[in-house]
Amino acid sequence: MSVAARPQLSHLRALESEAIHVMREVAAEFERPVLLFSGGKDSIVLLRLAEKAFRPAPFPFPLMHVDTGHNFPEVIEYRDRRVAELGERLIVANVQDSIDSGRAVEETGPRASRNRLQTVTLLDAIAEHGFDAAFGGARRDEERARAKERIMSFRDDFGQWDPKNQRPELWNLYNGRIHKGEHARVFPLSNWTELDVWEYIDQECLEVPHIYFAHERKVFERDGMLYAWREGTELIEGEEIFEETVRYRTVGDMSCTGGVRSHAATLEEVVLEIAATRITERGETRADDRVSEAAMEDRKKAGYF
Amino acid sequence: MTLDLLRFTTAGSVDDGKSTLIGRLLYDSKQVFEDQLEHVAQASERRGGEGALDLALLTDGLRAEREQGITIDVAYRYFATARRRFIIADCPGHRQYTRNMVTGASTADVSVVLIDARRGVLEQSRRHAFISALLGIPEMVVAINKMDLVDYSQERFEELVEEFEGFAHRLNGVKQISYIPMSALDGDNVVERSQRMPWYDGLVLLEHLEQVEVAYDHPNEKPARFPVQWVIRPSGAAGGEDYRGYAGQLASGGLRRGDEVAVLPGGARTRIAAIDTYDGELEEAMAPMSFALRLEDELDISRGELICHPDEAPSVGRALEADVCWMTDEPLRTGSRYLLKQTSRNATTVIDAIEDLVDVHTLERAPAPQELALNDIGRVHLRTSVPLVFDPYASNRRTGSFILIDEASNRTVGAGMIAAAA
Repeated sequence: MSVAARPQLSHLRALESEAIHVMREVAAEFERPVLLFSGGKDSIVLLRLAEKAFRPAPFPFPLMHVDTGHNFPEVIEYRDRRVAELGERLIVANVQDSIDSGRAVEETGPRASRNRLQTVTLLDAIAEHGFDAAFGGARRDEERARAKERIMSFRDDFGQWDPKNQRPELWNLYNGRIHKGEHARVFPLSNWTELDVWEYIDQECLEVPHIYFAHERKVFERDGMLYAWREGTELIEGEEIFEETVRYRTVGDMSCTGGVRSHAATLEEVVLEIAATRITERGETRADDRVSEAAMEDRKKAGYF
Repeated sequence: MTLDLLRFTTAGSVDDGKSTLIGRLLYDSKQVFEDQLEHVAQASERRGGEGALDLALLTDGLRAEREQGITIDVAYRYFATARRRFIIADCPGHRQYTRNMVTGASTADVSVVLIDARRGVLEQSRRHAFISALLGIPEMVVAINKMDLVDYSQERFEELVEEFEGFAHRLNGVKQISYIPMSALDGDNVVERSQRMPWYDGLVLLEHLEQVEVAYDHPNEKPARFPVQWVIRPSGAAGGEDYRGYAGQLASGGLRRGDEVAVLPGGARTRIAAIDTYDGELEEAMAPMSFALRLEDELDISRGELICHPDEAPSVGRALEADVCWMTDEPLRTGSRYLLKQTSRNATTVIDAIEDLVDVHTLERAPAPQELALNDIGRVHLRTSVPLVFDPYASNRRTGSFILIDEASNRTVGAGMIAAAA
């Protein structure tokens, strides 16, 4: 930081400071927080923010990953390596376990995905560990229903979100009081855009999984998106597998995340590409939001992230 | 590219075209994504709309809103120009949703109040202007919209300016009011200068928003206020260090290493030994940075205490006068008890008296109401269980604000702005 001139705070620094403030408030006012870490770019930024908020002490909460079992292997490898580097505790909640115990029912057919099943696993894990607050990397610019989300958002004891009943969020005063059995979802990145996230990753020299950068992959095209082909993928008549240079703008479950054609192989190129882009991150790549116009909202009412 | 950050709020009646204005702002500055436009086009057609794109749909998110065609909750939109990064809080216009308007306005630097040129200054516009002023938004832009419906008449524009000015002197807290004639529907004077109003030579809306001053660009104008949020104390740290950092976000002003400081409400004095961040020590910090302070003396400071310069101290006390905006069905009454949160401090509070009730249409205060009902705003006297460390809201929006919480339901029931010690 420059000492002589009065430093002007950039928008990224202002957003960073706000996010750190949010995380410290939650640490102070909740008893058992948890940070939901997926290995995706937003949760990678959350980890850095947690470091900035709490170091040199350990995080006052564990990390948790709701693993569908269908994640990109590159992302799992990254997840494990990063957590080891940080020396923090990771809990992995497996959707497979929920299926095996009958708590969740696997979808069938070529368009099957475990995305919706994550809700059950997440809520069960929250109940099992007694978490009362969960940090997530969601942003308000991602999707229409998220534009209305508070930074601190409440779920009832069924894990449900009632859009008509969210608390007024005034100034930077967060009311974190809850009843037993309830929990809050907290989104420190609420005011960040996709571009902000990438610029921050660049600024902080954060490592991200390689799939965010251009690479060659076997894909097939469906519903206007490019999906990764892997052993066991069910194809629909007429679909063909081909090699393409793609990268991922968002990292969800392999079965519902599409790659985009791109040659952006470095962070700088990715930032440039996003700055020029005209398709939202979720629109281009997430099949789960296309199902109905109000898809995200419906999933949030049922307890999703 | 160093951009700074500006938050602004839009307010206006349901039919004033506020959502259309935002849609236009995003559309003309090319911030709307292709797939969002496509969704909106499809929804516009399904709703039986004409060929023209209903830009308002860009900002309506919730299913219930889309069904009813009105905006229920605050929607946050983001865009940037070459000069500045913006956060828009799009607030509902309907009377029933005052609480959401107050929410969106609480962090805004600018308020954009929409007037329908044909229908004039309505009750709802006045209420929104008042709420903006009450919430301490220093800059106001009165957007006189739908000029296309009054033939782009300069006379009509000036008539409306005069009408608003007749009311404006009561908007304490607003430093500057600007008036811009526009047509959000056609795009005149929102981002692009209108060809149809040559008589107007002021800035168009986006230009104005790019140039207006952001509060935190002048942090040294306000005294330093550092509420302690969290104490960083690694136990058993390597090398046996006894690190203790008082972490928080500077609410206003600046601090330097070596400064003499006071810790309130106790009053203990010490010096700043270091200003720590993850990226290294700072010689100097200013609002709104977050960091941790190490102090020369070993004091036992906890969350909720506030660090400041001794010669610029805030007030300390348990009896306050404050304007409260009531946000729930169950009314506020004398003798009612709530939880109060101010900066990082929690207390219980009892309402000693309700001094007046503000008439949002005349901005006059009527004495001694029985209670404050949902959406009412009034001056109350309250008493807290522990001393608060505060400034009047008019001087400092961070240390002068508080929320009231219902102990049983946990809901946030009131928004408070401290006027003075009682």
